[in-house]
Amino acid sequence: MERIPILQMGEFLLVTIQVDMHDQLALRLQDDLTDRIEHTSARGVLIDISALDMVDSFIGRMIATISGLSRIMDAETVLVGMQPAVAITLVELGLTLPGVSTALNVDRGMHLLRKRVGRP
Amino acid sequence: MTIREHGSQPVRIEQDVVLARQLTRKLASDCGMRLVDLTKLVTAVSELARNTVVYGGGGDMDWEVIEEAGRTGVRLVFRDEGPGIADIKLALTDGWTSGSGLGLGLTGARRLVDEFELDTAPGRGTRVMITRWI
Repeated sequence: MERIPILQMGEFLLVTIQVDMHDQLALRLQDDLTDRIEHTSARGVLIDISALDMVDSFIGRMIATISGLSRIMDAETVLVGMQPAVAITLVELGLTLPGVSTALNVDRGMHLLRKRVGRP
Repeated sequence: MTIREHGSQPVRIEQDVVLARQLTRKLASDCGMRLVDLTKLVTAVSELARNTVVYGGGGDMDWEVIEEAGRTGVRLVFRDEGPGIADIKLALTDGWTSGSGLGLGLTGARRLVDEFELDTAPGRGTRVMITRWI
């Protein structure tokens, strides 16, 4: 079964989405991530979408759901690497991803996550 | 209006939504569409193709590369023979959904393109035509 890999880096989980996702794959990632948060007691999730050349309402909703679920499970989510054209399109589509933290790149995202969970 | 190229491809299952996006990206990119406009068009296609699969029970996407008054455009038609839409006004309201989505599919897609035409009635299926000019 096709899956998006989830890497563990200490107390954080790292997801890099590099394929053009169909809806089931996006839903599977959502389920896999919540499982992994539970099993690893991760404190943060970093989702890198720099390779995604499109985010539609379905993927946008998945990102918002992951962010909400992880918060309930005591983990922070940071979304990084959104391409400018994707950001412009998302806003025009009507999706502003309220409650989802974002950072420009992986470096800044990790920095934000560490700050959030109180690690210098 | 001149049709430079045209074709059709099925939009029946979820993977077809991905294929519809990929074909649109190629068509738009071959016409020299700017990245932001291309991204908007591909996103609109994703929303409409998903509607065709989920609400229309599957259908087809017809595509055309057209020329009119010295400009080039990509035109796509999503056709299905599903239940159709009873209340078009409601369906074109932001945030309204008959399913489990966000209710941004149709309205969002309309905002992302230059031309948008919806033709539907209960029992007659749904046809959505979108055009993005370069």
